[in-house]
Amino acid sequence: MNNTSLKDAYIEKTRRDFLKKAGAGVTTLALASGVTLMAYPQAAQARKPEEPVDPSQRWGLLIDVNKCTEDCTACVTACSEENGWKQGGNPGIDAQWIRKLKIKNPKSGHEQTFPVMCQHCGAPPCVDVCPTGASFKRADGIVLVDKHICIGCRYCMMACPYKARSFVHEPLTDQKSHAPRGKGTVESCTMCVHRVDRGDQPACVEKCASNGHGALLFGDLNDPNSDIAKRLASYPTKQIRADLGLDTGVRYQNL
Amino acid sequence: MAKHVTYSQIGTGKGFYSILALFGVFIAAGAAAFLHVEHHGHVATGMTNQIVWGMPHVFAIFLIVAASGALNVASIGSVFNKSAYKPLSRMSGVLAMALLAGGLVVLLLDLGRPDRMITAITHYNFKSIFAWNIILYSGFMAIVGAYLFVQMSLGMEKYKKPFGILAFVWRLALTTGTGSIFGWLVARQGYDAAIMAPLFIAMSLSFGTACFILVVKYTGKATDRPLGTAMTWRLGRLMGVMAAAVLYFTTVRHLGNLYAAEHAGVEQFILFGGNIFTTLFWGGQVLIGGLVPLALVFAPNKVEGSSRVTLAALLVILGGFAQLYVIIVGGQAYPLVLFPGMEVSSSFADGVVGSYTPSLPEIALGLGGVAVAMVITVMAMMAFKLLPKNLSDAALDPHLVAKAK
Amino acid sequence: MFAIMKRLFSVVLFASVFALATPTQADETHSQGSGPQYSLPKDAKSCVRDTAFMRRNHMNLLLHKRDETMHDGIRTQKESLQGCINCHVTKDKAGKAIKVSNPKHFCAACHEYTAVKLDCFECHRSTPDTGQDTASIPKIPAHANLLASNANNSSEAKALGRFLKGVTQ
Repeated sequence: MNNTSLKDAYIEKTRRDFLKKAGAGVTTLALASGVTLMAYPQAAQARKPEEPVDPSQRWGLLIDVNKCTEDCTACVTACSEENGWKQGGNPGIDAQWIRKLKIKNPKSGHEQTFPVMCQHCGAPPCVDVCPTGASFKRADGIVLVDKHICIGCRYCMMACPYKARSFVHEPLTDQKSHAPRGKGTVESCTMCVHRVDRGDQPACVEKCASNGHGALLFGDLNDPNSDIAKRLASYPTKQIRADLGLDTGVRYQNL
Repeated sequence: MAKHVTYSQIGTGKGFYSILALFGVFIAAGAAAFLHVEHHGHVATGMTNQIVWGMPHVFAIFLIVAASGALNVASIGSVFNKSAYKPLSRMSGVLAMALLAGGLVVLLLDLGRPDRMITAITHYNFKSIFAWNIILYSGFMAIVGAYLFVQMSLGMEKYKKPFGILAFVWRLALTTGTGSIFGWLVARQGYDAAIMAPLFIAMSLSFGTACFILVVKYTGKATDRPLGTAMTWRLGRLMGVMAAAVLYFTTVRHLGNLYAAEHAGVEQFILFGGNIFTTLFWGGQVLIGGLVPLALVFAPNKVEGSSRVTLAALLVILGGFAQLYVIIVGGQAYPLVLFPGMEVSSSFADGVVGSYTPSLPEIALGLGGVAVAMVITVMAMMAFKLLPKNLSDAALDPHLVAKAK
Repeated sequence: MFAIMKRLFSVVLFASVFALATPTQADETHSQGSGPQYSLPKDAKSCVRDTAFMRRNHMNLLLHKRDETMHDGIRTQKESLQGCINCHVTKDKAGKAIKVSNPKHFCAACHEYTAVKLDCFECHRSTPDTGQDTASIPKIPAHANLLASNANNSSEAKALGRFLKGVTQ
C-alpha cells in the first residue's frame, strides 16, 4: 500500500442513502428480550470532507449490557489497535481509552460487565475546567482534546466523573496517522471521530458487531429515525451517574 | 500620627552568600529534576493515571496559599490601621510575591507541556476556575508590586490605603479561587464542597503568617535587628487564631460529610481508614499543625523569649503540608464512585484505592520552588530597603507592653 | 594551446558538476550552497502553493487548518497534515521512509538549519502510515490543480514544475 502515489483517484464523498429494510435483511440477531438488532452499519449521511460538522446531529452510543460477556474484550482490543494505544505492562501509566467494568451487587451477588469509555457528556465537566479550552465539545456532541493547545495540567482528569481520560507519560513514536497522540498531553475516547467523519462507525462498535455480540450501537441521537433513537424511545436506558446531570451521549440498556 | 521609620538593606557578607549557595543547591536539584521529567515524560514521577496531582502540587499549593496569607501583615497595617504592623508591610508584600513566584515555578514546570506557557496565557476558557486563577496570580503580582511601589516611594502615602484595600480584596479572591479548584470538582467524593474556599482562606492566613514569622525572625537575628519579643508573640497569636479557624472549617467540612450517607465512604477512608491519610490528618494536620501550635502560643508561658512562637510556626507549616497532602492526594486516592453501592473492578483501577509514592524528582522540584521563593526574598532584601533598621518592640509600637514572655 | 586546455578543462569541470548533480535513485537533494538540504517529492504533479509562499506561510496554514479539522471536522486534502507528509516523504537507500529525527526528513532539513523547534511530531507521525487502511487517507486527484483557488501560477511554481518534471522517471 504505497500511499505516496498521486495517481489514485480522488474519492468524492457522496451522500449514501441506505435502504433500511434492505440493511435489516442482511443480518439479524435475536436477543433475549426479543429485539431485532440491525447489525448492518448505519452510515446514514456521510458528510463531505469539506463540510463543517452538522450541529443538528448528536452522536451517541447505546450499550446493551445483557449482550456483553465477561470474558470478551473485543471492544478494548479494537480500540487499542485502531488508535494505537497499547498496554505497555505498566498499569499505573498505561493509557486506557475504553475498559471493561465489572460491577457486583454486594447484597445480592448479581454481576454485570460492560465497557466504559468517555461518556461524551452534553455538559462535560472536563470542558468546564480546562484552562486553555483544549478540552472541548464538538458541535455534533463528540468531546475531544485539542492536543495542539493542551498544556498537560491534568485538571480534566481530576474533573471527569468516569475516569475516562489518560495522560501520556512517555515519549511516543509511530502513532497512527488518524490518531495523533503525544507525551505530556491528555487523551480519551474520540468516538473514532476520524471514522465517524467519513461515515463509518467507531471501531469498538464495528468489532462487537462482527464478533456476533452486537452490544454496542452507534448513531445520531437527534435523528428520530435512527436505530439508536428508536431503541432509546422503546426501552428503558440509563446514564452512569445520571444524578450529576451531565446528559451523557453514552447510554446503557439493561444495566 | 505617623512615626518615622528608617529602613535598610541587608548586607552582603559571608552569611548572605552562604545562604544563597545553600538555596542554590536546591534550585539546581529542582532544575535537574524538571529537565529529567520533561525529557522522559511523567513516567519518571510517581504520578499515575489514578493520582494525577502529587508532591509538586502539594508544594505549589502550599506556597501559593502561604503567599496570599503573607500579605496579611501588610493588610492589617494599611487596611485595618494597626500601627505596629505598618513597618513590616514592605517585607510582607515582598514575601508574598516571592512565595507566589516559587509556587508558580513548581506548578508550571510540572505541566505535561511546559513549553506551552505562552499558550496557557493566551488561550483562556473563562468557565474554568483554573484559568481564573492564572489571571488572579498575575494580577496579584502586579497589584502587590504597585502596592510596594507606593509604599516605598516618596509622596505616595495617600495611595497606600487604596492599594492596600485592592490588594486585600484581590488576595481574598485569589485564595477563594485556589480553594475552588478543589471545591468545584463535583466528580470526586473528597472535594465537591463550597466550604473549601473559606477553608483555604483560613489556611492562607495561618501558613502565611507562619512563614512571615520565620523569615523575619531569622533575618532579624542574622542582620543585627532582632524582632521584638512582644511583636513576635503578637504575630504568633495571630497565627494561632488562624490555625484555630482552619480547625474550625475542617471540622465543619468533615461533620457535614459524615452526616450524609453519600459521603460516608470517603470520610471513613480519610478519618478512620488506618492509612497514610489517616495518620497525616490526625497526627499531621490536627495535632502537629493545629492543637500543639495553639497550646504553644496560647498557654501561659514561663520561658523567656519567643522560641515557642518559632516552634509553633514550624509546626503549622509541617501540619500545612500534611493537610495539603491529605486534600490533594487523599482526595484522588479514594476511588471514583461510578455506581454507588456496588463493588466495582476493571483493568483501570476502578474501585481500588489509588496508591502513590512520591518520587525524588517531584520532591526536588517542590523544594526547588521553596528555594526560589527564598532566593527572591533574600535578593530583594539586599537590593531594596525592606526591613526597618530597628525591629524592637519599642520601635514598632511604643504602646506594646513587653510582658515577661 | 595552454589557454585552450584550461578552457576545455574548465568546461569539463563545469559539466561534471551537473553530472554529479544528477539525481540518484533514492532522492535528489535540493542544495542551495550552504542552505538547508531538503528534498522535493519526485512525482508531484503540482504544488499546494508556490515555494516562496510556503516558506513564509506554511506555519500559518498549518495553524489555521488544524483548527478547522479539530473543531469543524473539515478533512479535505488541503487540511491534511498526513497529505503533506505523504507527498513530502524522503526515503533512505533501503527505500524506507525517513523520520523527523533524521535531518534528511523534509521538515527537519529546514528546521534543523534554522533551529526552529518542531512541535507537530510530538503527536503526529512524521512518515506515511502504511499500516492503516486506505480509506482514511485523503486521496489527491491525478490531474487536479492543487494550487489555491485563485490560480497562483507564479513563475517560480512553473519553474519548480519544470524541474520536477525533468527529474521524474
